[in-house]
Amino acid sequence: MDFDLSPEQQAFRDEVRDFIAQNLPSNAADPTAVQAWQRKVREKRWVGFSWPEDCGGGGGGIMEQVILKEEMAKAKAPPLGSCFMGLAWVGPSIAQYGTEAQKQRFIPDILDGKYQWCTGYSEPDSGSDLASLQCKAVLEGDHYVVNGQKIWTSIAMWSKWMILLVRTSNPKSQENKHDGITCLLVEMASEGLEVRPIRNMGGGAVFAEVFFTDVKVPAEQRLGEEGQGWQVTVSALAHERSSIAEVEGLKRNLDLLKEHAAGVERNGRPASEDPGIRRRLAVAETRVEAMRLNGMRFLTKQLKGDPLGSETSVNKLHRAALEVELGEIGVELQGSAGSLTDGIDDAVGGKWQKHSLGWPEVVIGGGTPNIQKNIIAERILGLPKD
Amino acid sequence: MNFGFTEEQDLLRQEVRKFLDENCNTEEVRKIGETPEGYSKDLWKQIAELGWVGLTIAEAHGGAGLGWVDLVVLLEETGRSLFPSPLLASTIAAAAIGEAGSDEQGVRFLPGLADGSSIATLALVEASDRLGAEGVELAGAPDGDGFLLTGEKRYVADAGNADLFVVAFRVGAGDDGVRLAVVPSDAGGITIENTPSMDLTKRLGNVRFDGVAVAGADVLASAPLSRILDLATAALTAEMIGAAEGATALTVKFTQERIQFGKPIGQFQGVKHPLAEMYVDVESFKSLVYYAAWALDEEHEDASRAVSMAKAYASDAFARIGIDSIQLHGGVGYTWEYDAQLYLKRSKWARSQYGDATHHYERVASLGGL
Ligand SMILES: Cc1cc2nc3c(=O)[nH]c(=O)nc-3n(C[C@H](O)[C@H](O)[C@H](O)COP(=O)(O)OP(=O)(O)OC[C@H]3O[C@@H](n4cnc5c(N)ncnc54)[C@H](O)[C@@H]3O)c2cc1C
Repeated sequence: MDFDLSPEQQAFRDEVRDFIAQNLPSNAADPTAVQAWQRKVREKRWVGFSWPEDCGGGGGGIMEQVILKEEMAKAKAPPLGSCFMGLAWVGPSIAQYGTEAQKQRFIPDILDGKYQWCTGYSEPDSGSDLASLQCKAVLEGDHYVVNGQKIWTSIAMWSKWMILLVRTSNPKSQENKHDGITCLLVEMASEGLEVRPIRNMGGGAVFAEVFFTDVKVPAEQRLGEEGQGWQVTVSALAHERSSIAEVEGLKRNLDLLKEHAAGVERNGRPASEDPGIRRRLAVAETRVEAMRLNGMRFLTKQLKGDPLGSETSVNKLHRAALEVELGEIGVELQGSAGSLTDGIDDAVGGKWQKHSLGWPEVVIGGGTPNIQKNIIAERILGLPKD
Repeated sequence: MNFGFTEEQDLLRQEVRKFLDENCNTEEVRKIGETPEGYSKDLWKQIAELGWVGLTIAEAHGGAGLGWVDLVVLLEETGRSLFPSPLLASTIAAAAIGEAGSDEQGVRFLPGLADGSSIATLALVEASDRLGAEGVELAGAPDGDGFLLTGEKRYVADAGNADLFVVAFRVGAGDDGVRLAVVPSDAGGITIENTPSMDLTKRLGNVRFDGVAVAGADVLASAPLSRILDLATAALTAEMIGAAEGATALTVKFTQERIQFGKPIGQFQGVKHPLAEMYVDVESFKSLVYYAAWALDEEHEDASRAVSMAKAYASDAFARIGIDSIQLHGGVGYTWEYDAQLYLKRSKWARSQYGDATHHYERVASLGGL
C-alpha cells in the first residue's frame, strides 16, 4: 500500500497548483473573469481531460484526472467546462460510439461549452424501470419519426440538444426489454417538440416534461446502432468513478456546518459543544472519509485495468444519505429559526433551508437509493430478483 | 384502566374530519397559504361557531370547558388536513391567560378569544432561542402601576394576525423575575415583522417592543411558564400526529397505485418496510402524546417528562416520515404540484417550534435523573 504520488504525478500536481495560483478568478461571480478562466483551462486541454486526444480531449491518465479534479475542487475553482451533461455522459458516449461526422459536429462544442445538452431517459411510466420505456421512433426513409413523452428532463428549457432514448422495436419478452432501445441526438428546436417546465418543491423550475409529436430526427443523428441504445448509455457512465468531486463538495459543506455549529447557541452554549451535534458531525465526517477511501480503492482497481462494476453504488448510497443528513443538521442547528425561509441570520441565510428542500436532485435524480441497494444485493451479493 | 377516547371525543373527531374534508382540502390549503394573512376569515368564523376555538376555554368565560385530551382530538384532525389557521396559537395563548390570569382578567380577555372575535398569541422566545424563564430578557421598567416594555420577541406564531400578545418580560433576576402581560397588538411602540416560513400554512413573526406601556391590571396574576410551555408543546405535537398520518396515507396510496417492473411498487420490501416503520413511529408517538395530554389535564407529576418524550420522538419521526415519503414517491414527490412536499415542510416547522428532539431528549435525560 502506498498513498504517495509518483514523481511524475507530483510534477503534474504542482503544474495544476501553479496554474490555479496564477489564473483562478478572485471573484467567482464575475462572468468575464470566469469566461477567461474557462478559455485558459480549455487551452490546457483540461476540459474533457480524460477524452482521447483525437477527439479534442486531453488524453489524461486516470490518476492525472483525479489529481486535476481534486486540486480544482480544493481551490473551489469553477467547474472545468460549462456543458455539464455534455461533459459527463453525452460526450463520452459520442467519443465511444459516434461516427466521425458526429464527433466533428458535437465534441468541440461540448468542450467549448457553446450550449447545453439535456438527457431524455425517464418517462411517466418508466423511472426506476427505465428499460420499459415507450417513447417510439419509426425509421421512415432517411429520418426517424418520434412520438411520445419524457419527464423530469433537467434543464430541457435551456438546452439546445438532447440525448434521447426511444423504442424502435418491441421486446420479445420482459427479460429482453433492453433490446429495441435506440439512442438519438435531437435538436430541441425540432418541430413537434414541446417543453413544459415543472415546478419543484423549493419553488424553482429546473426540470420539465418534453412532448414529441411526429418529431423528425435525421437518421445520421442516431448514436450507435439501432437497438444498441441501452449499451450506449450504460457504458458512458463507466469512466472515472473515484467520487472525488462529490467528496470535495461534501467536505466543503461539512466545514461550513462546523463553522455554523460554533457560531450558534444551543441551551446557552455553542452548538459545537453539544455532544449530540458533535456525534452527528463526526459520523458525517467519517462517512465522507470512507467515501473518499472507497473511491481510492475503486481507482486502484481501474488503474490495474480491472473493470469497475456495481461497487460504485456503495458511494452513491453514502452520498444520498449525506446529502439529506447535512441539510437536516444545517436546519436543526438553527433551532426555532430552522423553518424560516431565510434562516437564522444573514451569514447563514437560507442555505441549509434550500438544501433541506433540494436533496432530491441528488437522491432521486440519479436513480433512487432503493435501486442502488437492489443493484448491490442482486449483482454483487447474487441474491435473486424479486 | 381505559387508554381510549369517550364517545363524545370520537364524535368530535368525526365532526372535525368531516368539516375539514368538505371545506378545506389541500387545494384550498394551498390557496389559503398564498394569501398574505395565511388563514381564511370565513373558515375561522365557522370553526368558532362550531366551538373549536373556545374548546378548552372555561365555560364561565364562554368556552366549552374541555381539556387537553379533547384538544388533542381536534388538533390531530387539523394537522391531518394541514388546516391553516391561528387555532393553535390562540388556544395556547388563551390557556396561558386561563392558567396565569385572575378571574377578572379571564372575564375581560377570554370571551372574545372563545367566540373567535379576537385572536391571541404567545410572545415568549427571544434571540437566544432559549425556552423558559432563562430566555426572557425583554425588559419591564416600572411605570406607574404598570411597566414599559422594551425588547424583541421572535418566532411568534401568527404575529401578524393577533389582536393580543401574551408577552413574557423581566422585572428582576431569576425565575421569579418573569411576568406575563396581555398587550393589544395595536399598542403604541409595537412593530411586527413577518418572517417567511418554509411552511406556507404556518406564520411566524418578530415583534419589537419600544417602550410599550402596560397597565398593572393587564399583568397576569402569575407566570407559570413551565406549565404553559408544556401545554403549548403537547398541543403542537398533537398536530404532528395527524400530519404524519396524512403523509403516510398519501404514500401508502401512491405505492399501491404506482407500477414499476410490472407491479405496484408497494409490493417491494424496500418500499413496504419504510412504510411499516412510519406506522410504528406514528403509533408510538401518538401514545406518548395521548398520555401527555392526560397527565396535563390531571396535573400529574409525570406531565413534563411525558410532554418532552412525545415532542422528542415526534420531532425525529415526523422529519424522517416527511423525507421518506418524498423518496418513496420518486420524481413526482419533488414537485410543487404534488402534496407530499406540504407534509415535509410541516415536519420542519413542527420540529423547530417549542424545542426540537435535541432539546426535549436533553430534558427527558434530566427529568429521568441523569
Ligand atoms: C431533480 C431530478 C432531476 C432529474 N433529472 C432527470 C434527467 O435529466 N433526465 C432523466 O431522464 N431523468 C431525470 N430524473 C428522473 C429520475 O431518474 C427518476 O425520478 C428516478 O429514476 C426514479 O423514477 P420515478 O421518478 O419514476 O420513481 P419510481 O421509479 O416510480 O420510484 C418510486 C419509488 O419506488 C421505489 N422503487 C421502484 N422500484 C423499486 C424496486 N424494484 N425495489 C424497491 N423500490 C423500488 C423507488 O426507489 C422510489 O422510492 C430526475 C429526477 C429528479 C427528481
